[in-house]
Amino acid sequence: MVAFTLNGAAVSVADDGAPLLHVLRGELGLSGPRLGCGAEACGACVVLVDGAPAHACTLPAQAVAGRSVTTVEGLGTPAAPHPLQRAFLHEQAGQCGFCLSGILVAAVALLARDPDPDDAAIRAALDPHLCRCGSHNRIVRAVRRAAAEMRA
Amino acid sequence: MSDLDRRAAPPGKLPGSLAATPRLDRWLAFAREGHVTVTPGKVELGQGILTALAQIVAEELDVALPRVRVSAASTPGSPNEGVTSGSLSVQDSGMALRHAAAAARAIHLEVAAQRSGVPVEALRVEDGAFLAPDGRVVASYWSQADAALLACEAPADVRAKPPGARRVAGTSAARIDLPDKVFGAARFLHDLRLPGMLHARVVRPPARRARLVTLPDDALPGGAGIARDGAFLAVVAATEHAAERAATHLAARCRWDAEDTLPPQHALADWLRAAPGDRAVVLERDEPAGAPARTLRASFSRPYVTHASIGTCCAVARWQGTTLEVWTHSQGVYNLRADLAKALSMAEDDILVRHMEGAGCYGHNGADDVALDAALAARAAPGRPVRLLWSRAEELGWGPVSSAMLVDIEATLDATGSIAEWREEVISHGHSSRPGRGALPTLLAVEYMDPPREIPNAMNPPLASGGGAQRNAVPAYRIPKLTIGVKHIARMPLRVSALRGLGAPANVFAIESVMDGLAALNGEDALDFRLRHLDDPRAREVLALAAGMAGWRGRARREGFGMGLAYARYKHTGALCAVAAEVEALDRVVCRRLWIAADVGEVINPDGVANQYEGGAIHGVSMALHEAVAFDARMVTSTDWDSYPILRFSEVPQVETRLIARPEEKPLGAGEASLAPTIAAIANAIHDALGIRPRAMPFTPENLAAS
Repeated sequence: MVAFTLNGAAVSVADDGAPLLHVLRGELGLSGPRLGCGAEACGACVVLVDGAPAHACTLPAQAVAGRSVTTVEGLGTPAAPHPLQRAFLHEQAGQCGFCLSGILVAAVALLARDPDPDDAAIRAALDPHLCRCGSHNRIVRAVRRAAAEMRA
Repeated sequence: MSDLDRRAAPPGKLPGSLAATPRLDRWLAFAREGHVTVTPGKVELGQGILTALAQIVAEELDVALPRVRVSAASTPGSPNEGVTSGSLSVQDSGMALRHAAAAARAIHLEVAAQRSGVPVEALRVEDGAFLAPDGRVVASYWSQADAALLACEAPADVRAKPPGARRVAGTSAARIDLPDKVFGAARFLHDLRLPGMLHARVVRPPARRARLVTLPDDALPGGAGIARDGAFLAVVAATEHAAERAATHLAARCRWDAEDTLPPQHALADWLRAAPGDRAVVLERDEPAGAPARTLRASFSRPYVTHASIGTCCAVARWQGTTLEVWTHSQGVYNLRADLAKALSMAEDDILVRHMEGAGCYGHNGADDVALDAALAARAAPGRPVRLLWSRAEELGWGPVSSAMLVDIEATLDATGSIAEWREEVISHGHSSRPGRGALPTLLAVEYMDPPREIPNAMNPPLASGGGAQRNAVPAYRIPKLTIGVKHIARMPLRVSALRGLGAPANVFAIESVMDGLAALNGEDALDFRLRHLDDPRAREVLALAAGMAGWRGRARREGFGMGLAYARYKHTGALCAVAAEVEALDRVVCRRLWIAADVGEVINPDGVANQYEGGAIHGVSMALHEAVAFDARMVTSTDWDSYPILRFSEVPQVETRLIARPEEKPLGAGEASLAPTIAAIANAIHDALGIRPRAMPFTPENLAAS
């Protein structure tokens, strides 16, 4: 068994060599982290492991034993949204939305290490994330908006 | 205006898709609990259509927007509105729903008037409640929620609210689908979990055309099963991980007979020119023109490009005896059902197709193909739902691609510097092999099933429906002598189909490049030259607006930077768009800024339109600077994000978009209008920066060096 903390709760799952993404989406029933490429090249599967972005599509579940995993589901809820989720809705920062789960948690990590990132820093932090709908500029505005709110 | 006045409109043909599906209860149902369910046949692709349709209905009914629930399309639950494509959903579905909602409102008010004794013209509607002049609530949609009231055809003589009375349609309502996507809720088809569901993956052959010679008979890891039909091969397992392991295991042990079938990529233009095909004249015009003085000849090309959705294609299928249920993110549930029936030799009525959202598709990607794959895989587990997910390599390598194209133009100025003559020859495959439209199925797996069936050559829709290769092939400018021809290539070694814009990106790139070249030949400003040849006041207005936003007239030369302009009206009947682009030429070209002017006629959701225009433009930047499908003699080789790069955050330009408000005009769609003019504006900006006229997309250093 592999035991770790998922969005603040203790979980343990069978250790069958599966990547973390399949465990999160399968046994643990989450839908936020998504498979986009399986090769760490698009960011759709990104989750936070002890606060740092990690590609769940290739990371073996054993690698998070004893660590803390945060997915987009762990950021907030419609009743109590994370400032980033509120800002993404305010800016209507998305179209199809398939990329957003990974982008949101990457933005959480960015703001944790840099509470006041400029445009270039936001784009650099999100460069590993692909968005095909062209919502990039709205997403950058939303991250700036959330940063301002979180600093206030 | 009272409801009596609104009913006094002259009778006419029913609008949009209501003409084909006139019964009101096919579109709308009121619930006693206080909501109204709308069942459009168009589907959400990330473009925000569900929100726009809900706004239209809320407006006509005078109910609060959250009371409108929009059902996902299904067979037979929703009207057959064909395919969600061509920037037509507001026109087809929106205008149908506007009329249907107005009719439902009139029926309900009539009933309320009869029952209450209050004259119908004295009743008003507030959030679904019907109020007498003294403010008393006499009834509501919800208290009268009786399906029998809407069990009738929409009368033609219903008039929707006048533009000036609209309060919801025309405002930037928040997307109704976005909260789920921001909180990671299970909204996508990919998130569907049914009891007992199994997971499947396809094992693809090493070539487009291949025969399975040896299938190993040793057991697969993880207890996975095999579903085989001819050369179609899939594995089915209890978990995704087990399915992936089994697919990898099996792929390494199968032996295939593979054939070389694809054209030489290094000589694609020569192949396209030499390929057999039928030439058709799109338009010929021969009006008096000035004597030819100066002539410009140029050829332009675009490689095969692909949709490159962020989510890979997915479907869930379940066999129950001889009936099949399919969950799909197809753009057209009825069209998919028709081809599933042909591919599986079934009656359409034995197949139930339900839509759930997928990642943005930008045209005909593998969304339909994967549904047949799932149905074939699910044969290995009767009664069990089977979820089949494509890999990234399948998504980029096995979905349909958009045709490579050549556009040759010869344009002549007269002695006064006006365009006298324009000859243009387009060489292209067809641009649609969508399912459900022909006698034979077009789903990928039919080429591998036993017996294999060839997918018919892609067609070009007629120009009246927007055209395919010939889409936007006719210049929008005043030209007295004109010949536009299109060669439709007879075969498709790579399966081609619809991608955002169809033929428009290549055609507009070529036309707008020549317009810039002609302006230069005449020593004239590119904006002035265009305006002098544009008669449509709406076209002139968007062009002048984009130029004004960009500061075109007062622009200063900056070393390494360039600015370009382009204009197109999508399909010549759809939305208008002008773009000014600024590029910087570094070791490769980077697009720094875009200024976009838009005219979509009536706007249902301004922020939604801006989002679509900006998204289409960024798609255009990506296509202009990066995208080309690579292939060898056997198969597509650009099967990951390194070999098929798309635009990243750090490369995305600043974008400013302005909409010209035209509430009195018909809505014109929005999703595809900005892509082609963005590509053309970038090409012209590159010429401004470097003095090189780009001839071949994408505008990479290699292609620019060869221009």
